[in-house]
Amino acid sequence: MDTGSQTVTGKERYKSGVMEYKKMGYWEPDYQPKETDVIACFRITPQDGVDPIEAAAAVAGESSTATWTVVWTDRLTAAEKYRAKAYRVDKVPNTTDQYFAYIAYDLDLFEPGSIANLTASIIGNVFGFKPLKGLRLEDMRLPTAYVKTFQGPATGIVVERERLDKFGRPLLGATVKPKLGLSGRNYGRVVYEALKGGLDFTKDDENINSQPFMDWRERFLYCMEAVNKAQAATGEIKGTYLNVTAATMEDMYERAEFAAELGSNIVMIDLVIGWTAMQSMAKWARKKNMILHLHRAGHSTYTRQKTHGVSFRVIAKWARLAGVDHIHAGTVVGKLEGDPATTRGYYDICRNEFTEQRLENGIFFDQPWASLNKMMPVASGGIHAGQMHQLIDLLAEDVVLQFGGGTIGHPMGIAAGATANRVALECMILARNEGRDIVREGPDILNEAAKTCSPLKAALDTWKDVTFNYTSTDSPDYAVTATAA
Amino acid sequence: MRMTQGTFSFLPDLTDEQIGRQIQYCLDNGWAVNLEYTDDPHPRNTYWEMWGQPMFDIADAAGIMMELQSCRKAYGDRYIRLSAFDSTHGWESVKLSFIVNRPKEEPGFRLRRQEGNGRNMRYTTEPYADARPEGERYAV
Repeated sequence: MDTGSQTVTGKERYKSGVMEYKKMGYWEPDYQPKETDVIACFRITPQDGVDPIEAAAAVAGESSTATWTVVWTDRLTAAEKYRAKAYRVDKVPNTTDQYFAYIAYDLDLFEPGSIANLTASIIGNVFGFKPLKGLRLEDMRLPTAYVKTFQGPATGIVVERERLDKFGRPLLGATVKPKLGLSGRNYGRVVYEALKGGLDFTKDDENINSQPFMDWRERFLYCMEAVNKAQAATGEIKGTYLNVTAATMEDMYERAEFAAELGSNIVMIDLVIGWTAMQSMAKWARKKNMILHLHRAGHSTYTRQKTHGVSFRVIAKWARLAGVDHIHAGTVVGKLEGDPATTRGYYDICRNEFTEQRLENGIFFDQPWASLNKMMPVASGGIHAGQMHQLIDLLAEDVVLQFGGGTIGHPMGIAAGATANRVALECMILARNEGRDIVREGPDILNEAAKTCSPLKAALDTWKDVTFNYTSTDSPDYAVTATAA
Repeated sequence: MRMTQGTFSFLPDLTDEQIGRQIQYCLDNGWAVNLEYTDDPHPRNTYWEMWGQPMFDIADAAGIMMELQSCRKAYGDRYIRLSAFDSTHGWESVKLSFIVNRPKEEPGFRLRRQEGNGRNMRYTTEPYADARPEGERYAV
């Protein structure tokens, strides 16, 4: 392929008719991205016979100023500035038909502080573009100048910990099960038992809103009774994520206001409500001193397959800008998709002050966070007390570990399940801080703690052999550190 | 009841040797260790009384353990917690906090309910011990 600049200039550039994108100024291999540019890395799979450079230029064009034909009205604008510029195309390692295209966008293309506007360009029409078999947004570099136009997490990890008075260990949660069908009264029972037994949080599931078996008000009232009762039983701050996801913004505000009135310290939303609604709720949460939990319901429809969609690392970046406090980010060892290196990349995006480029973790760019609050990752789905050493080793301490089945399914009851998890957690943190090698000694440390804690012993016996060993569909393409410009 | 604030409250009370190892971990991370005591264990009682200032300049765990012994001698009937501060930009808060002394008896908390309209409830948590004045709340 011819990789040099082919941009046509002057009168010829604006002759009516169709012109290749790479000739219209959307392929500029000599372009040096500015510090204020938004940069996107796409994985492109061109249709057979389509030149990858032209495909990259087309993506740049269709995600910025271009249409399918030349228009003279471009000449009324500073068109060279507004054109996104593909400046680099690399073959994806170990593939035959995939390329990483790096595209730079001038900051003036985007409305400040609006994820909706950013995404309408970057993942708008371009994803249905015919000359491509597949298109995936792998990563973005969001410049400091742009990051600073967003509120960021309403509360952030540090303030969340200060409010909850919980330091130096992962937080513990559980999703109430069964996720559908419990009445408000029965639902609150699960919350009370789990919190009294030692969890910090319980959680509504993503699809608990307001159904015939349980009106949302019933849930909120009984849950807050359970939270307050557990708080008095333990002398410790407790919380339950009340899911305020609803059909309209008006409904969500009504539910969230009611949660605040009842004294809840946290509310929850689902990713499916959309970016604008998420940003609205983040502003509301900041105003109300409320922690905002995001369940990433729906993300796997577009994050999981490597050749088309949007990587979860991009979703995590947008969520941090949009301003949620908690985000489900994978467990590595549990039942849901997530290879260790890729998941590490997501966690870095949530928690770092500055995220360094790390291709082996799927991070394509250095990303400054410009003192935006940190987002607490949540590990949920098929994890249990017997994996505590692995979880702490992989995910460290600023994380919410959610043991739904591992709490509620405990043979001695819900409170015992919660106690088992809490004891497993505390004995492992104690050992880690003492300098012990928890990965190697983890099972011994747990067995030792189980000698004085029968619920932990029962948990270890029940789930000792449960693992989910499947190959991940989404793993990094680079095994070792390489340099991307 | 056993009040479960602090990182290691679900484990048997830590021995002094175990506390010493946690202090060493804090010092190795460059955190300043602080001792605080109270006889008001309400979960929203943020400001326990400080046993002096955070020990920014004590470099060994043994020195801090000596301070803990003095604090226990004076306030052994109360809760004492050890916390560690990280002054790194982006954190600038507590990194670890755990109880290192408890009253012999922990009577727990009363939950008061004030019924409002529409089943809306106002909750208040009160430590049973705080019916008495500060300093007289727990048996020595």
